[in-house]
This record gives sequence, C-alpha cells and structure tokens, in this order.
Amino acid sequence: MKPFLAMLTRDMKLATRIGGDSLTVLLFYIMTGAIMPFAIGPDKDQLAQLGPAIIWISALLSLLLALDRLFRMDHEDGSLLAMRQASLPLEMIVVAKICAHWVTTALPLIVATPVLAILLNLEIDQTLRVIFTLLVGTPALICFGAIGAAVTVSIKRGGLIAPILILPLSIPTLIFGVSAVSSGAIANAQDAALLFLAGFTLLSLVFTPFAAALALKMAAE
Amino acid sequence: MRKNGKNPENIALNVMNLACERGGFEIFSGVSFTAQPGEVILLRGPNGAGKSTCLATLYGVLPKSFGTVSFENIDPEREPREYLHIVGHVPGVKTTLTVKENLTFWAQLYGGTENVLPAIEAAGLEAIQDSEASILSAGQTRRLGLARLLVANRPIWILDEPTSALDKQGDQWVGQLIADHCAEGGIVIAATHLDIPHLAPEAVKTVMIGYSAVDHAS
Amino acid sequence: MTESKPQEPTPQDLGFFSRIAHPGYFLEWSRYFIWPLVGITTILMAYGLYLAFFNSPADYQQGETVRIMYVHVPSAWLSQFCYAVMAIAAIGSLVWRHPLADVSAKAAAPLGATFTAIALITGALWGAPTWGTFWEWDGRMTSTLIMLFIYMGIIALWRTFEDQVRAGRIIAVITLVGAINVPIIKFSVDWWNTLHQPASVFRLDGPTMPPSILLPLFVMFFAFSFLFLLLHFISMRTEILRRRARAIERQYAQQLRTQKP
Repeated sequence: MKPFLAMLTRDMKLATRIGGDSLTVLLFYIMTGAIMPFAIGPDKDQLAQLGPAIIWISALLSLLLALDRLFRMDHEDGSLLAMRQASLPLEMIVVAKICAHWVTTALPLIVATPVLAILLNLEIDQTLRVIFTLLVGTPALICFGAIGAAVTVSIKRGGLIAPILILPLSIPTLIFGVSAVSSGAIANAQDAALLFLAGFTLLSLVFTPFAAALALKMAAE
Repeated sequence: MRKNGKNPENIALNVMNLACERGGFEIFSGVSFTAQPGEVILLRGPNGAGKSTCLATLYGVLPKSFGTVSFENIDPEREPREYLHIVGHVPGVKTTLTVKENLTFWAQLYGGTENVLPAIEAAGLEAIQDSEASILSAGQTRRLGLARLLVANRPIWILDEPTSALDKQGDQWVGQLIADHCAEGGIVIAATHLDIPHLAPEAVKTVMIGYSAVDHAS
Repeated sequence: MTESKPQEPTPQDLGFFSRIAHPGYFLEWSRYFIWPLVGITTILMAYGLYLAFFNSPADYQQGETVRIMYVHVPSAWLSQFCYAVMAIAAIGSLVWRHPLADVSAKAAAPLGATFTAIALITGALWGAPTWGTFWEWDGRMTSTLIMLFIYMGIIALWRTFEDQVRAGRIIAVITLVGAINVPIIKFSVDWWNTLHQPASVFRLDGPTMPPSILLPLFVMFFAFSFLFLLLHFISMRTEILRRRARAIERQYAQQLRTQKP
C-alpha cells in the first residue's frame, strides 16, 4: 500500500505545482462551456436544454487536453523505466497514476460545474444530476485516455494522435452520460443510462491497467 | 572474508550467449558472463555496438532473441525486477519536486529506507535538500538520479553510462559508489569507460560488445 | 564470452504452422495463390453483378435502388470482418510476437477502412431516394461511421511510428481495446437511436428476403470476401518486401559505419 500511496501523492504534487495541468484543464473546461452560448445564442430555454450536452462535451475535451502528459514526462525522463523496478507491478502504477490524474484534473472540473450550470441556466436538480453523471463517467474517460496516452507515449509528437484514438472509444460514455440527465420522453431511460454508464466505467477500470501497462512495456522496447 | 551487507542472499547472475534482434536485424549476439557477488561487469565497445540494448535485454525491457539470463538464489516468490536497480541515460529526476521529495518517492516506491538523508549526503546535496530540483546543475541532477541507488537496497545495479554529464570529481564519486556496493557483496553491471578504483582486479570483468571490436583494437 | 552465434531457424526446422507463417516462406507459397484468387474473384464478381443488375427483381417499395444493397451489405460485412482479422492478428503479435501477424494487421487496416467507406457511401446513396436525405442517424449507419473513425485512428497511428516493429505490438494493444469496445459502441448507439428516433425507418437489409434477392446477395458476399482475401494477400506481400528492403538498407548502413577506420 505504501508504494501505491507514494505514487499517488507524487503525481498529485506534480500536477498541482508549477508546470502542472490542474489549473489549465479547469480553465479550459469553463471557457469551452462558456463560449458555446456565443455560437448557439443566449436563448435561456435552449441553453438549458443543451446544457448537459455542453457540459459533457466540455469535460471530454478538457480531459483530452491533459492526457498526453500522463505518461509522456515519465517516459522521457527515465522515471517510467525506474518505476518498473518498483515493488509494485506496472499495472498498479498505472492505477495509481489514473487515480491521481482523476483527482487532479476531473475532480476540480466536477467541483466547478455549478459555475457552468449557472451560465447555461440549468435547474438545481439537473445540475446535481450532471455532477453525479460526471462523477460516474469521468473515470471511464480517463481510462481510455490513459490507454491512448500509453499507446502514443513513444511517439515524439503524439499529442495530436491520442485524441483521434480516444474520441471514438468515448462515444458510449458520452451517450450514456448525457442520456442519464436529459433523455426526455422514455420512462426509466435516465436510470438505465446511469446504470449503463456505471457498468461501462467499471469495465474500463478493469481492463485499462492491463492494456495501458502492456502498451507502456511495448513502447519501451 | 567479504562483507555481504548488500547481498545477503548471495544473488548471482548468469548470462549465456545472449542475443537481441529487432526487425530481423541482429543488434548484438554471443554475450556470456557470470556475475558473482562482489563483481563488476563492464560492458565496453564502440558507440552504436549495442551496449544499451544489451543492458535493456538483461533487465528484461527488451525481449532477447537467443540465450538465457538467469538469476541464482532468488526467492521464487519475488520478481527478478525487485533485485535490480536501473539507471539509464536520463536521470529520472522531477524538477518541480524538491531533492528530498524526489528521493523519498523512490524510497517508498522501492520499499526502501525511511531515512533518505544518508543518500542525500552521499550525493553532496544536503545543503539544498529542500530546494526544488530545477535549481540543480546537470551534474548535480545526475548525482540525485544516482542517489536513488542508495535509498533502497537492491543487490544488482545496472547502470547505463552513469558518468555522462559528470565532471572528473563526479566520475570518482560514481567509481567509489560502485566500489562500495561491490565491497559489500553487490553486483554492478555498467556500460561505462570509467575505471573502478579500490577494487581487486579479479573482481572486475570486461565484456566486449560489437563485432568490430577486433578491428578497433588493431 | 563464447563465439557461437545463434542461428536463425530455417523454415525446414519448424512445425507446419510456424512454417507457413514464416515471412520468407509466406512469400514463397502465397505467390501461387494470387492468380487463382484473381480468377475466382473476377468470376464471382461478374456473375454477382450480372445477377444484381439483370437477374433480380426491383423492390416494390424501394424500386431499383434496392440493387445498391448488393454492394452495401457485403462491404458492411467486410468492415466488421476486417476488424476481426486485425484483432486476431493483434493476439498473434502480442502472444507469439509473430512478424507475420504485424504485417497482416497492418495490411488489413486500410482495406477495412475502404470497405467501411464503401458501405457508408453506398448507404448514403441509397438513403437519398429512400429517406430523402444522404445521412440519417440510423443505428447501423452511425456505428459504421464510428467504425470508420476507429480504422482511421489506427491507420494514422501506423503512419506516426518510425519503428514499424515496435508499432506492431503497440497498435495490437489499441486494436484489442477497440475490439472490446466495438460491441459496446454498437449497443450504445442502437440504444441512443431508439431513444431519439422511435419512428421506424427502412433498413437497407430487412429481415425478410425472397430467394431472388438472396442469391445475388450470396454471390456478391463471396465475391467481396475473395476480393478482400486477394487484396490482403497482395498488401501483406508488399509489406513484407518493404520491410526486407528496409532491413537491407539498415544492414548496409551498419556495415558502412563499422567499416570506417
């Protein structure tokens, strides 16, 4: 447990210090959400209707922004190689890094969601529901992002290719996440979507550590 | 009688006829040696002959295409990686963490010592232990990276050009580090041009890598 | 240090499967399959197209446009079959580290993307007269579009790696992750589709099909499958030769470097 916590706290420290991504991701999230009305128009009813979708898209894009650095820095400065001699298997190191990444990028963004909700004219109960779906769904986004980051870690300019790989894979999360807030007519659809979202997140949490660790090992060859 | 503090289990390493190829192209082949406790293996050869590749094959990051690497006396319950320290070309130092935080992290991750102060002192960085590593010079960064070797006890050290970015004094320091490790029963395998002081000549083995080694000698 | 050099096993020393999968040996035996495959594909394609254009009825609702189906359905099938080939090759790359598996996966990606694109284009052409629009967010069309994105991502990834040997295994990982995801994506898109579009639309391949439609469909299905097999063989051979040329270049460069005084 101690090596795991060491990994977790170290990545959290790195993300919150100078050169870290936490604040950048948060600002990007708020700004992306806030520029949507300039394209859609300030009609309050329309904004309220599109609100959950806007928030989810903004969250997806801002999380993609930071993912490239999840493994790249450690790969390039030799830390990742040294981590492979740890008393912890690489899979667990990946889990620790994913957890730290979620806490330092996704969590601040979820906490800041009420700000966007006010700008987009969302009702209180809808806001709470969006926050809840983000809590359930963002781990899956981070997981797929981690796989994309691991796959592209050895490519010098891999920053652009990773989102191309990740975006199609995050479609189920987007569908279930937004449907769990605003799926309109069909009864029980929201609850079903929430359950699917939770299931998808659990599934991705199960296979991501293995897939990402495997990709990292292959990248070091 | 040799002290065995660094290698209580008497771990030894046996390498037989090791080879590595990539994409059907052989990078090196026919590397064989045994490393007994207290021995230094120096890999030497021209640039691009595959020294780094050979080390990576030894610690299992690259797949070998031929031959065997066997560890003697290791606990079958534990992975071979838990007996190794590896320092590569790049030091693995995070510039936004302090000197102490850097080493504490590695100590905890490797299940090593609680007190990292001796390692900081050995690297000569005790005066700036609470400063961010970004203020360190290239040489000091290298020392900090190498100080990782001291925060957790692993019998086998694998070092790839450990003296790059170091001055003459730094070379001596690394030499002493290696000598001390071996004096206590540890094994060091290094790709370096450094001479290791204070060690009996029979404890130092040299392995030549690269098929053109003969041409270069003549 | 001993001097004995490891010998690469010659094809004769290996078992049957290792032997046919040895890249050099593959070049040998696949050569004899190219022309027969060209023949079979041409005959099937000619017969299938004849049936499709002249020897099958027009649909009473969709009219002549139903004939697009004879190209669309086999392409849609191949777009999924190609991915299955890539996923199996990915297992071969990761488990056995087999070079031929890398080659097979790399050769299949552009083919899969092409067949997926054909399925989408024919679907859109069929949609224009039937739905009155080129694009409908129909469940099948949407998941085919996402399939195309996944293929494009993988092709783009192949193109960014300098070291194709390393690329093979890394891309195998993302290919398998995609394989786990494709059914989930399909399910989520279908679910999303029923949620937002309860109105029933025409499907390009309805459940009930009379034999007069089934026969040409069947022939075209085989024609396309053989076309894929042929193209896959050819592009695998090309890729092996390209890698050999590369290896020879590297060897030559290495010789130059070590010969230097």
